[in-house]
Amino acid sequence: MFKKFSPSTDVSGQTILKSSVQRSIRSSLLAQFNIDAETLEQIWPKKEPLTLVKCQELGLHLTLVDEHSREHISIYALQGEPLLFQHFDGPFYPTLRLLHKYPDILPMVKVDRGAIRFLLAGAHMMCPGMTSAGGYLPPPEQELKAGTPVTIHAEGKTHAAAIGLTKLSTEQMRKVNKGIGVEVVSYLGDDLWSVQKI
Amino acid sequence: MSSTVDPSNTVVPDVETAVPSDTPPTPPPPPQPKQPVEVLYCAVCTLPTEYCEFGSSLTRCKEWLQKSHPDLYEQYYSEEGLQAKLGTLSLEAQSKLEKDVAKKEAKAEAKADAAHKKKMESQVTIKRIERNKRKFVTSVHGLEAFNVDLKKAAKLFAQKFATGSSVTKNPQGQDEIIVQGDVSEEILDMISDEVGVLKGVPEDNVQLVEEKKKKGGD
Repeated sequence: MFKKFSPSTDVSGQTILKSSVQRSIRSSLLAQFNIDAETLEQIWPKKEPLTLVKCQELGLHLTLVDEHSREHISIYALQGEPLLFQHFDGPFYPTLRLLHKYPDILPMVKVDRGAIRFLLAGAHMMCPGMTSAGGYLPPPEQELKAGTPVTIHAEGKTHAAAIGLTKLSTEQMRKVNKGIGVEVVSYLGDDLWSVQKI
Repeated sequence: MSSTVDPSNTVVPDVETAVPSDTPPTPPPPPQPKQPVEVLYCAVCTLPTEYCEFGSSLTRCKEWLQKSHPDLYEQYYSEEGLQAKLGTLSLEAQSKLEKDVAKKEAKAEAKADAAHKKKMESQVTIKRIERNKRKFVTSVHGLEAFNVDLKKAAKLFAQKFATGSSVTKNPQGQDEIIVQGDVSEEILDMISDEVGVLKGVPEDNVQLVEEKKKKGGD
């Protein structure tokens, strides 16, 4: 999603959000993430207004093919620091920097070492990378449904390497063990990562 | 005050008696926010240090880490560290990875070199444009090649010369700064003194040009 992104050209506008919208975001974050109110308060104090950074699609030629077009991506920033982002009105994702600080707000999957190289190039994660010995999927009783935002960790590393959206439920991944399991949304070193201030 | 209190506190029995008396009324502690995890980011490639090996500047990352955090360096790049890292990965995959990283690094370096060379070759043009016999505007073109924020530079000029100054597109579609009045010499001085945002622009790459109005233009 953020493989090619530059704030100077792709951002169409910044606005400070209405407090009612902020409140609804706050409540949906509490519902979506594994986070308690106090921690959220610490990340995002009530007094601080959230800025919405809208991103636009540049050329028309992209809109037809690219399902991950930058159209309708909203980045939410706190004092210029990107904090969350969202595609259309889908789930909120934390940015990787936020995720590094609070690693357990999203459920975790892990890929084996062989996959890191591709992961950091922005490839989607295939099932075998997570079902192999170095990988990790949550146990059956904590099955994740398809379409859940997850953090992607890597074998032998302590910090998250990417954020993704599951394409299959974790049990299906085990069963099928083929093809894309998790779609990568944002990864270490992509263009959103390099934006520290917006 | 405090000096008189301190000795009494250091007496052990006093403290012990104080603690039980305190405990019964304590309310359940208020829910504490979780403390953020501190992550050390590499100063060279901006990734968390453990991911440097997948970046495109491993050699420089290693140097930096060795200098600033020798203990971590030891952990990641010592013999055992390398062994532990292998994990489930087969040896040939690992060697392939290393080769890949080296290749990527060389590529990135070449790219950076080329970019640097290009940067050093690019020119900044300060143009004095005659607007009306004794009136001039000054256009500065090419500052963006040296990572100067044009908007900020325009603001700086406006403040310094107390004139209008703006970023405009020239007919070729490139951005340039237009300053009202003839300030070409002053801007040249500012560039050589590296004032504020103009830092890093080499003086030798700056050229002064004069543009006269064509005769019979009006």
